[in-house]
Amino acid sequence: MQRREALQRVAVLLGGTVIGAEAFLSGCKTPARKEGLFYDNDVAMMDEIGETILPGGNGVPGARDAKIGEFMKVIVTDCYTPEDQDVFTKGLKAMRDAQFMDLTPQQRHDLLVKLDKEARDPKYNDQNKHYFKMLKQLTIWGYFSSEPGATKALRYIETPGHFDGNLPYKKGDKAWAT
Amino acid sequence: MADNHFDAIVVGSGISGGWAAKELTEKGLTVLLLERGRNIEHVKDYVNATKAPWDFPHRGSKTQQMIKNYPVLNRDYPLNETNLDYWTNEQESPYTEVHRFDWFRGYHVGGRSLMWGRQSYRWSDLQFEANAKEGIGVDWPVRYAEIAPWYDHVEKFAGISGSKEGLAQLPDGQFMPAMDMNIVEKDLAGRFNEHYKNHRKMIIGRTANITEPLPGRTNCQYRDKCWLGCPFGAYFSTQSSTLPAAMATGKLTLRPWAIVTRVLYDKDKKRATGVEILDAETNKTYTYNSKIVFLNASTINTAWLLMNSATDVWPDGLGSSSGELGHNLMDHHLGVGAFGQVEGYEDKYYYGRRANGIYIPHFANLFGDKRDYIRGFGYQGGASREGWDRDIAELSVGVELREALSEPGQWTFGMGGFGETLPYHDNKVTLDKTRKDKWGLNIPAIDAVLRDNELKMRKDMQGDAIEMLTTIGLKKVQGFEGNAVLGRGIHEMGTCRMGKDPKTSVLNKWNQVWDAPNVFVTDGSFMTSSNCCNPSLSYMAFTARAANHAVDELKKMNL
Repeated sequence: MQRREALQRVAVLLGGTVIGAEAFLSGCKTPARKEGLFYDNDVAMMDEIGETILPGGNGVPGARDAKIGEFMKVIVTDCYTPEDQDVFTKGLKAMRDAQFMDLTPQQRHDLLVKLDKEARDPKYNDQNKHYFKMLKQLTIWGYFSSEPGATKALRYIETPGHFDGNLPYKKGDKAWAT
Repeated sequence: MADNHFDAIVVGSGISGGWAAKELTEKGLTVLLLERGRNIEHVKDYVNATKAPWDFPHRGSKTQQMIKNYPVLNRDYPLNETNLDYWTNEQESPYTEVHRFDWFRGYHVGGRSLMWGRQSYRWSDLQFEANAKEGIGVDWPVRYAEIAPWYDHVEKFAGISGSKEGLAQLPDGQFMPAMDMNIVEKDLAGRFNEHYKNHRKMIIGRTANITEPLPGRTNCQYRDKCWLGCPFGAYFSTQSSTLPAAMATGKLTLRPWAIVTRVLYDKDKKRATGVEILDAETNKTYTYNSKIVFLNASTINTAWLLMNSATDVWPDGLGSSSGELGHNLMDHHLGVGAFGQVEGYEDKYYYGRRANGIYIPHFANLFGDKRDYIRGFGYQGGASREGWDRDIAELSVGVELREALSEPGQWTFGMGGFGETLPYHDNKVTLDKTRKDKWGLNIPAIDAVLRDNELKMRKDMQGDAIEMLTTIGLKKVQGFEGNAVLGRGIHEMGTCRMGKDPKTSVLNKWNQVWDAPNVFVTDGSFMTSSNCCNPSLSYMAFTARAANHAVDELKKMNL
């Protein structure tokens, strides 16, 4: 743990993550196995990142319940261009280096708030993508199109049967999933 | 009767081919309906139609492998995971683009009637007379009075919902009750119609989704999954409508996997005698004979088929004596319009997914309006509340973000134009004899571009949209302009135009090839001009009319 704490302090000092942190940390962990683009514990980490972006609560499931890590793995593997995959996997490395899994919920939240702000910098665009924008988009898309997201956070009716173009709405009513 | 003899052969089972099969069988003819692709059985083969969004591994999106396999489809919305099997395999069936032409095809029973947009509009004499008045192309040999009863005929059977509006440029029809506008569309349409004094009109779209049941079909259930195939048969397709009717006669033979390679032609009798096909699965060649042949292979493939037929008589193919076969290729140009925000209505929402929107019919160059180009454009659009895919800049991550995205956002309204493309002789389809498809057949080459008239029109399609949306009170109005490319309207027309003179047209007024009167061409290729509204209803009406004429002529021993 000392190493991790030291690393975190360095990261804070530098205002970001530390390149090579994984090697630095490997002394206290057996190296994770990599299959395709992902290490075998990446899915769990992406679940937690997703849950931090869209947490559950008040009887509504969060992104973890939507198996968001597995969803990200599938989409990044099958749908992303090699360039985007590169940005994404480097982002995951940054999250590993930041010891995301070892942070408290509040620390996770604060870190992602910081990354969200950073990703909104106009210097990031379609030619120069920020990995956090990918993580956030994947989380929102994967969550609201999942069964828990579409049916518990939103409303989904497979066969509406009729159309009403003047439905009363009050604040707090859920949106339609599709 | 031998196995390979029929009264009629219909080539292609899409919107127009299905209609030809229905009309001809119902008039008592034995019909062979040939389809180059696989069979898709109504309901049973709509394998994704009842899946939920989360049942698709990529939630409907496209993978890198799909992009690699479907480079053309990838240029626009059709490339997706939910109905990929309905789109033509581009590796097996390539085509040559002299200029970029986005050709989105469906090679299976039902053709694009399964995936079509279903908007269904009549033409008026303002469109049928335009070529003659302006000296463009050739005159249509048909006027509205002649085709109106056939519009009645096909609308009643297909089931078109819409509102009667009394518009000169967009005649009313035999409509089922119209779908409703939502409350925002209603109010915007009210403002629009009052401001433009009905010289421009915003109406509900006329769509081939039924709002009342028809035999064997249930009215629309507002699922908005039409292009997966409808288990309720709620929209017109070959499978839901014309094929069951034709099958019910006991006179129809449907043969999938039949690539028609040429129309057989007897030069002494000056008549077609049938067709030759290549079995797409076995590569074996078969011949079928008939008294009449209907070509409904779609605009580009019908031209391709004719170019490969009777080449011993005409080197450029059957129907080429006018020099117009393959020429005058048209489409609607689109991808240009505007959108904006609607203030208020926070206490309003909607129920049901209406697969339809508003329509603003053609107004440019009509009723005293004058532009620096000819013809015009219409708009399709609609109002809705933003969903979870909106960006909320002030929310970063956390419960607040999830809760905010779980509620509907601002009302927005957007619309896109569909512009008329003129029939240019130089916009054409030819044979590329240097390249082959999977079956060793030469492939079509497409050489068509938008020209001055369309490019000028596109400026107005955006400019007018911005102006109109601003006028009716939308905020933050923004125009958009996509690719100015032909094909992506998916309304290919014109390669076998009809006319009054065999020297300047491929077909006569009854859709008969001048050089072979027992060959009828009734897919989009017969169109002499393109108008700016969706063309399929006109293909249906002209097909039914031609089929009935064919039967009359057979009875009179004229064919």
